[in-house]
Amino acid sequence: MKNLVILGAGTAGTMMANHLHHELKKPDWQITIIDEREEHHYQPGYLFLPFDIYEPEDIIKTIEEFIPKDVTLLKQRIERIVPTANKIQLSNGNEIDYDVLIIATGAKIAPEEIEGMKGEQWQKSVFDFYTFEGSLALRNKLREWDGGRIVVHITEMPIKCPVAPLEFAFLADSYFKNKNMRERVDITYVTPMSGAFTKPKATEALEHLLQEKNINIEGDFAIEHVDNETKKIVDYGGREIPFDILVTVPTNKGDDLMERSGMGDDLNYVPTHKATLQSKEYQNVFVIGDASNIPASKAGSVAHFEAEILTENILRYVKGQPLKEEFDGHANCFIETGGGKALLIDFNYTHEPVEGTFPFPGIGPLRLLKESRMNHMGKLAFRWVYWHMLLKGTHIPFVSATMSEKGKVYS
Amino acid sequence: MERTIAGKTIAVNEEGYMTDFSQWDEKVGEALAAEANLTLTPRHWEVLKYLQTEHKNQVALSIRRVGKSGVVDIKEFYALFPNAPLKTATKVAGIPKPASCI
Repeated sequence: MKNLVILGAGTAGTMMANHLHHELKKPDWQITIIDEREEHHYQPGYLFLPFDIYEPEDIIKTIEEFIPKDVTLLKQRIERIVPTANKIQLSNGNEIDYDVLIIATGAKIAPEEIEGMKGEQWQKSVFDFYTFEGSLALRNKLREWDGGRIVVHITEMPIKCPVAPLEFAFLADSYFKNKNMRERVDITYVTPMSGAFTKPKATEALEHLLQEKNINIEGDFAIEHVDNETKKIVDYGGREIPFDILVTVPTNKGDDLMERSGMGDDLNYVPTHKATLQSKEYQNVFVIGDASNIPASKAGSVAHFEAEILTENILRYVKGQPLKEEFDGHANCFIETGGGKALLIDFNYTHEPVEGTFPFPGIGPLRLLKESRMNHMGKLAFRWVYWHMLLKGTHIPFVSATMSEKGKVYS
Repeated sequence: MERTIAGKTIAVNEEGYMTDFSQWDEKVGEALAAEANLTLTPRHWEVLKYLQTEHKNQVALSIRRVGKSGVVDIKEFYALFPNAPLKTATKVAGIPKPASCI
């Protein structure tokens, strides 16, 4: 019997277990998935928690309920991958051999990378919303806060869900309006990039929205340290921005396991072939989701599109066939803009987000790069889709893994 | 599009970044630096040469990577090329503006 091992039971790893257990069956194959955690979190929900839109129970379920019965779930800490010996060493001393390995260990925040970020003001006036604990602490702070200067900040790229900090700024505007205190709140958006987003057309649309909502934008800000005493962020050029509440997205890094195993780059991401999702160093190792270094968004939608292509490539690999170079970096993201509206963007490695309709050319019902209520309904409905379809590897109707150029306006 | 830099016809994009590195030489670099109000010192040149080598080796450039290069730390990088050092330095070096990751 051969072994396929998946490291990480988050969005990407869970989807791969659900795809592959139909294809690689006993007695020929044993599939094992390893993750030391108990809970599966709907990470997009962290954005809504601080504004009392979701409650904790909306976004937390157990890992078990999404893993198929014929897949072995090991709740163990992984000590090291030994790719030259095709082995996984667990912290309890056990070793597991693999024939094929899928790395799906994700990315997480590393606030310790910036001096003073995890200082005495951490979770008092300096918050993250990329962890459950951070998001909950921020909710409690916002409930009692009576105004001042709130700074929404990105430390450095790449980050998971690069639109989330913008959505946070938009939702904050709505939240304070609803609490009749918007005039007492100054919202500033601080980014290391030159503009609001990484792609020019979307940046234009998003900066217009920031202006409309009276949110200041400070670009080209490369943070050096957080001053806990004077409550300022300071960049390498000496620029200072004061805050009463700092909502920061710290440096994102791949799992420390990559450093322990000598398999990551300087941010612990695994060098990966961007069209096949095969590791650049080891033929029987594949990487999916936020753990890889491919130049695609670190987002659940990307992992979903990758999973369809990676499933096919793994089946080709075990049959000794050439891999398909098919992944095009397809991402599809709803962007909450506050006031019950949202934008939708659809893009890939080569095409930036543009206007148009989705998923049906000329019909929609969703509009690309334009605010609408329908898009917002789509975003809220997505939580259901996530728990009931996405994790189970069910194909989402009309949305293909590679991007469609139909119904879009390219100039 | 094209423009004249240091007496040469040079291909550039809308943001003024050179699109053909073979047209770059030190005179062009100096002219581009002057446009950014910079006078190039030997330290500037060391950093520019490093960036050009990294670009030739297809390394994706970021402030973090430059800071860890051993060639220059981030503080000095800012002192040499104020405000947005990576954008200014790549423009002077005649290489593309680093694509920020998505």
